[in-house]
Amino acid sequence: MKHRISSLVLGTALALAAGNAVAQDKTVKIGVLTDNSGLYSDLGGAGSTLAAQMAVEDSGLAAKGWKIDIVSADHQNKPDIATTIARQWIDVEKVDIFMDVLNSGVALAVNNLVKEKNSVMINTGAATSDLTNAQCSPNTIHWVYDTYMLANSTGQALVKAGGDTWYFLTADYAFGHALERDTTAVVVKSGGKVIGGVKHPLNSSDFSSFLLQAQASKAKIIGMANAGGDTTNTIKQASEFGIVAGGQKLAGLLLFITDVHSLGLKVAQGLNFTETFYWDLNDGTRAFSKRFSERTKNKAMPSMVQAGVYSGLVHYFKTLDAMGGNPHDGVKVVAKMKELPTDDALFGKGTIRADGRKIHPAYLFEVKKPSESKGPWDYYKLIGTTPGEQAFRPLSESACPLVKK
Amino acid sequence: MQALYAQLLVGLINGSFYALLSLGLAVIFGMLNIINFAHGALYMMGAFCAYFLLHLTGIGYWWALIIAPIVVGIFGMILERTMLQWLAGLDHLYGLLLTFGIALIVQGVFQNYFGSSGLPYAIPDYPEIGGFRGLQGGMNLGFMFLPVYRGWVVVFSLVVCIATWFLIEKTRLGAYLRAATENPTLVRAFGINVPRMITLTYGLGVGLAALAGVLSAPINQVRPLMGADLIIVVFAVVVIGGMGSIMGSIITGFALGVIEGLTKYFYPEASNTVVFVLMVLVLLVKPTGLTGRAA
Repeated sequence: MKHRISSLVLGTALALAAGNAVAQDKTVKIGVLTDNSGLYSDLGGAGSTLAAQMAVEDSGLAAKGWKIDIVSADHQNKPDIATTIARQWIDVEKVDIFMDVLNSGVALAVNNLVKEKNSVMINTGAATSDLTNAQCSPNTIHWVYDTYMLANSTGQALVKAGGDTWYFLTADYAFGHALERDTTAVVVKSGGKVIGGVKHPLNSSDFSSFLLQAQASKAKIIGMANAGGDTTNTIKQASEFGIVAGGQKLAGLLLFITDVHSLGLKVAQGLNFTETFYWDLNDGTRAFSKRFSERTKNKAMPSMVQAGVYSGLVHYFKTLDAMGGNPHDGVKVVAKMKELPTDDALFGKGTIRADGRKIHPAYLFEVKKPSESKGPWDYYKLIGTTPGEQAFRPLSESACPLVKK
Repeated sequence: MQALYAQLLVGLINGSFYALLSLGLAVIFGMLNIINFAHGALYMMGAFCAYFLLHLTGIGYWWALIIAPIVVGIFGMILERTMLQWLAGLDHLYGLLLTFGIALIVQGVFQNYFGSSGLPYAIPDYPEIGGFRGLQGGMNLGFMFLPVYRGWVVVFSLVVCIATWFLIEKTRLGAYLRAATENPTLVRAFGINVPRMITLTYGLGVGLAALAGVLSAPINQVRPLMGADLIIVVFAVVVIGGMGSIMGSIITGFALGVIEGLTKYFYPEASNTVVFVLMVLVLLVKPTGLTGRAA
């Protein structure tokens, strides 16, 4: 009997010690999975890795005994390559959290894997609103923007301004389809009509055929449900074919500051679109962006995707710090992240909803005329703000099983 | 019906680029037996060259049309002298792998310095003729609005294509060239410097790629990957037209542009694949290509 009691005591002590050891494991490995070489590499890519580094440096966790590593890889915009890398990261390299993961096709594939392996993904790059709707997961937080929000903000504003007939140029993959679907819903709800559209292959260089069809449709608004190089080429060629001069208006449903920079203000001026971050919004964004820009090769300001990597990690580190250690348990960490309010210099105060949607305001911008710009990267005029609670898909419309109704 | 005319014309414009690029490939393959996978990267270098000329030295579009092909052509000739010439007589695969490697390196270097989104290059706005400022603006043809610049691209590339064909098929220099590829030893016996001729030919093919790059700079963004996106299609064009056939690649280039344009109208989702479907069909029926000679 005595022997049994002592072994029980010993066992309990061991278990406690083990539990303590787990709670005090202060190692974290961050995986930045992004497009390092293709058409989206300017808006994510090396800048996302830099943002992650800055978040680690600013967290001050190293001084508290934490050991944080960052790995980065190029998924080449291919879901199969992305999942292969992700699987290796989780199984072999013991990566705790996936950051960026731009490209909707890639994001949905990695989303499944992260759930299966109980890891964490803070997605700052992909657009599809399915990540927090039908495909939502207890391991994923969608940080920066999504197709519902873009459609809601830009779509509504344009219909209100009289653009009640729409024609879509849509990139033919998950993201384009989601953006077109969500925008159509908003246009119809606001009293507008969609009179046609065309789906073009991803990464096209010539849009003249599609633009001619859009021109012939006589729609007031040509909605570009594409991104990156596809959008910039569309805008450039639309000005060549006299589309804007002919009275039709282009709606950039997803445009990044890197796109505006590459187009130049002369071509891009007057475009309306929505972002959730701009470097020149307030003192906090300006200070961060200045530091960021100084460390990039061509002095680029951060895109909202890159800013999101920083902001997401700030919250992740805050959560781990509050938990006193890294439990290496995706569901547990994400649940705690949803409990704590978010607050950082870039996106302000916010929350994370049950479906994994990060909530913050959405800003409607207009691209400045060349005469209004004071210098490089001074590109946007703020023309409207939608509060976070109204910007994203309301939980009442959610198809996410995590939302209790 | 009107829309159809417009699509045909737009197809012709894209066909001009295919024709110019596949022509350069055909010249290089016909004369040097090298499958030049670096062609897309050299096309991109042509566009970047135009950009640098404008932004660093203030030299505009018209001069760039002449200077960029020469600069990039010289770069090509250096490649030929230092690397490609050692592969003469070996299997095609070696040349293909070497040029593919060169393409990856060149694209990687440009991407490292200039990012992937690209740089702006405007349509030239001089000289002023009639009501037009350079090649800006456009005219209404009734069935479509044709940007002046696009019209210029079609006309200019047709002229360049025919001039190249004439040079190779109808002049004495061209005759030497063709003879040198048939039997280099014999031609050398006549006192002709065959290696130098080969180098110049490669330079010519590369120059054509750079010229296409300058032509496309105002239409597309000047991007490091602009050539990589295009080169695969251009290879399909060359395969369909028949490897090494000059006229074949010109005609196929324009024809495929038109077919692709029509696909973009009738079934846009397939516009990226239609060229390859045609390639498969042609290879099944006539493996040497439409106008190609038997190997």
